[in-house]
Amino acid sequence: MSSLTLISAALRRKKTRTFLTFSSVVFAFLMFGLLSMIQSAFSMGVEIANEDRLIVRHRVSLFQLLPQSYEADMEELPGVVDAMHQTWFGGVYQDPANFFMQSPVEPAEFLDMYPEVGLSDEAKQRWIATRDGAIVGRATAERFGWEVGDRIPIQPTIWFLEGRPETEAWEFEIVGIYRTTIEGGDETQMLFRYDYFDEARSFGRGQVGWYAVRISDPEQAAAIASSIDALFQNSAAETKSEPEGAFAAGFANQIGNIGLIVTSILGAVFFTILLVAGNTMAQSVRERVGEIGLLKAIGFTGARVQRLILLESVVLVTTAGFLGMLLAVVVGEGASAALSAYMPGLVLRPEDIALGLGLAVLTGIVVGVFPARRAMKLRTAFALRRL
Amino acid sequence: MSDTNGSEPRPPMVEVRGLHRTFRRGRTEVPVLRGLDLEIADGEFVSLMGPSGSGKSTLLNLIAGLDRPDRGEVIVGGSPIHGLSERRLAAWRARNIGFVFQFSNLLAGLNAAKNVALPLLLTSFTGAERRRRVEIALDIVGLSQRAGHRPRELSGGEQQRVGIARALVNDPALLVCDEPTGDLDRKTSGEVLDLLGALNRDHGKTILMVTHDPEAAARASRSLHMVDGALGSASEVAAA
Repeated sequence: MSSLTLISAALRRKKTRTFLTFSSVVFAFLMFGLLSMIQSAFSMGVEIANEDRLIVRHRVSLFQLLPQSYEADMEELPGVVDAMHQTWFGGVYQDPANFFMQSPVEPAEFLDMYPEVGLSDEAKQRWIATRDGAIVGRATAERFGWEVGDRIPIQPTIWFLEGRPETEAWEFEIVGIYRTTIEGGDETQMLFRYDYFDEARSFGRGQVGWYAVRISDPEQAAAIASSIDALFQNSAAETKSEPEGAFAAGFANQIGNIGLIVTSILGAVFFTILLVAGNTMAQSVRERVGEIGLLKAIGFTGARVQRLILLESVVLVTTAGFLGMLLAVVVGEGASAALSAYMPGLVLRPEDIALGLGLAVLTGIVVGVFPARRAMKLRTAFALRRL
Repeated sequence: MSDTNGSEPRPPMVEVRGLHRTFRRGRTEVPVLRGLDLEIADGEFVSLMGPSGSGKSTLLNLIAGLDRPDRGEVIVGGSPIHGLSERRLAAWRARNIGFVFQFSNLLAGLNAAKNVALPLLLTSFTGAERRRRVEIALDIVGLSQRAGHRPRELSGGEQQRVGIARALVNDPALLVCDEPTGDLDRKTSGEVLDLLGALNRDHGKTILMVTHDPEAAARASRSLHMVDGALGSASEVAAA
């Protein structure tokens, strides 16, 4: 028999109460894991952002267009290595629920700008050679069961075909399926040729959504961004230039400050857990005053009793916390596989798992420290009267 | 003052000299023991009677090292314990005192053997030695066959006997019993008192037992009576 036998007996004393407390802690840490995944998905764009890329968009909003001619103007600026444009297409596949990002690009420029987009040489050549060719991310291809050679109709919601009814879909041939070389990278996009798009669209010819600009020195990013914005100041389409990471953060924040929302929810959850588990431990010690008196009478020191109660709390909360995190890993893997086409970057990061496990131990200590202290200070003769 | 049953005097197991203990209730000081002297010989079975509030439990707590006196000396087994720190007192109790309470107060989640083994957690005995001691203690109280039973599966008398086995497992010189039959029916009380008598007679345990039951007190080799914090005669107790 060891101290753990005593702790186990104490936890089994009120099985229902222990089970309910245990379950609430498991649920709290499961929530912690899942919310961390959501936070990770929203911050992934920021984390994988390239330091040597700027994003240049219309000063008013991302959805205002910029002239295509800006590309050559920007490439003349000192510090700018290359620029390429993209445009938000906003189409759907068969059903409005089947939404994913599509964008027209210059294939060679795009692949130069984003080397993390992994595409075979053969697929690259096919894309450059095929006027209505499109490449699609692995997640979206798996989501819809597309394969290379398939012809895919995309129903426009903004960019209708010139001289055709608005109900007519654009058609693309899948010429390649890409994977990103960065863990958690976005594999949901569909990218097709800009020249095909520009000639067939019903309005806005010669205009694009935004630019990605590669710069020679990331430390000069702020200065180069300022010089780009200054170049187009007082024009019909003024620009706002910022590092890719800041752009990604701003894009995510259109939904809200995800980090703050997640932190607030988790704060409320953990505060409640502190109250629930703390109350369980306090009540448990109150009910066991006689037993604690007995332990002290037979020779357990106050410090030893304190350690026992603290350990009991740590065992209860930590075991439940670890189980909650384990469930989060299992549920998270399933969710990540099922939702990668909708929400790339939905992964439970090792640092979040470590944080969860650390929080479990810390919560166990915080919850147990006051009841343990009370047990330590309990006067033996007084406690024995409660036998 | 005390009544004796004529047992032979032995070297004292317990010596109490000039014992004072006062408790504070709000702003009022309540003196419970005022200069009490007492000697209990090694191997004696002493009962302690008296009305509620007379100071029996206070005296028992002081002799058992659960409390410390304001003044005076408590010497048990030749060791002065009145000046020991809380930590040293706890260690001393673990080695020298066996407690038997009114309610056996067994831990519900542990079986009889594990309840008996509880004091051994504080020792450095090997697992085999611990098991041997538990077996002996349970054998002495006649519950070897019930070692694996949880407290709820035992009768009140059996639970109290497990409590006595727990008090014996460290082989203490002094057993301190606080109303050990207070929660038992007459027949079961008799069995528990028989067991205490056997422990005193056959195993040489010195026993100090607080009781309200004159029949239980009569089983002891000497009966002490307390009135208002002092040892007195049976008639004084009756008058109080």
